[in-house]
Amino acid sequence: MTALDGQAVPRIPRGVRMHDDTVRGKTVLLAPERVIDLDAIGLAILQQIDGEKTMSQIIETLAALYAAPVAQISEDVSGYVLGLMNRRILEIKP
Amino acid sequence: MTAPAPIAMLAELTYRCPLSCPYCSNPVEMAAREKEISTGLWVDVFRQAARLGVLQLHLSGGEPASRRDLVDLVAGARDAGLYTNLITSAIGLTQRRLAELDAAGLDHVQLSLQGTDADMADRIGGYNGGFKRKMQAAAWIVEAGFPLTLNAVVHRQNLHQLPEAIEMAVEMKARRIEVAIVQFHGWAMLNRSAMMPTRAQADEASRVVADARKRLKGQLVIDYVPADYHGDYPKRCMGGWGLSGLNVTPDGLVLPCHAAQTIPNLVFDNVADKPLSDIWYHGAAFNAYRGEDWMQEPCKSCDRRKLDFGGCRCQAMAIAGDPAATDPTCIKSPLHSRMQELAQGFSTDDTAELVYRKSP
Repeated sequence: MTALDGQAVPRIPRGVRMHDDTVRGKTVLLAPERVIDLDAIGLAILQQIDGEKTMSQIIETLAALYAAPVAQISEDVSGYVLGLMNRRILEIKP
Repeated sequence: MTAPAPIAMLAELTYRCPLSCPYCSNPVEMAAREKEISTGLWVDVFRQAARLGVLQLHLSGGEPASRRDLVDLVAGARDAGLYTNLITSAIGLTQRRLAELDAAGLDHVQLSLQGTDADMADRIGGYNGGFKRKMQAAAWIVEAGFPLTLNAVVHRQNLHQLPEAIEMAVEMKARRIEVAIVQFHGWAMLNRSAMMPTRAQADEASRVVADARKRLKGQLVIDYVPADYHGDYPKRCMGGWGLSGLNVTPDGLVLPCHAAQTIPNLVFDNVADKPLSDIWYHGAAFNAYRGEDWMQEPCKSCDRRKLDFGGCRCQAMAIAGDPAATDPTCIKSPLHSRMQELAQGFSTDDTAELVYRKSP
């Protein structure tokens, strides 16, 4: 899979959803046969993925929110999104 | 030890099934329809499970679509907050019923595949015309928009079709395929000589899977259960006994795994008698092999015990005659060479006939 284009719009596909796990006190992603724990970074990224914002917009928003360099945030976010795409947990809007 | 909360629950809604797959994981002695627990009790169990920490619910059987109240059960499970996965042969699923399941909030469908053509699939499933109906239903499932996983159980008779099964998953736009080399529990125990793969087949399957994972990265997720009679280390059965999952039978018994009833002397509680939480944390069957206290040598002092928990208790029972023995698949088991002889012997038996599962 090639690197993500800045104009790409990531989205959470049907069959995957965020869930507030009140028993364990954390937020998880529920997917087919998978439960993915979201750490603080994962949660921050997932909260930006709304099926509307582009990768560039998500990265800019997070860079501003965390007062961090865009280049670094870009690497983190792209790596995270690509990792979940390889597991069919996220997809790019066609 | 203090047990963690369970993550997954397998709800075997019924043992009834239109297919007769000879590798069925259901017990050889099955509870009859009149003993099946009610819609209301199931929904109560789903609520209890969610409160206990269960996140994923697998609705299975038998064929879960044989329960007329399947839509109500799915709605009840979703209402309880559970991720609902339907494990089905698709026989009995109509377009209308799928639309109702969709409206009830069903999250995901896992479709069984007995073979990649009608000849193979109908012979293994013991149901003429089943393959055609399954392919029709598969198209409806995808059309309705459900994420789809194919579940291909492979064995000596159909392992040559594995590459085709993976291609079918791609063509059907499945997100995942589970490739499971048959595990010998339940009815499969009666079919070891007809279904045991050869060593060469088991190795080839691992190569096919490794190649497909590379080639289809990002397109198709492949989960793989290798042939454990041919392995050197045991499977991490159930993610550890009583540590992550539980199974409720059609008549309400709560089991640490679907084959646990093959271990004599274990006492199982029923959801009709006790709260699920009590059963999980305090039930005798759950505590029997939880943690490490029950282990004997060579498990007791082995570094791998935290990886595989000594392997499968039911397999230890079946082969070693002792449920607390090291899983005989393990290279450290005194029975490892016996296991390899069994695998060799069963896999070269050309005369064995399939023993088909019978519905209760």
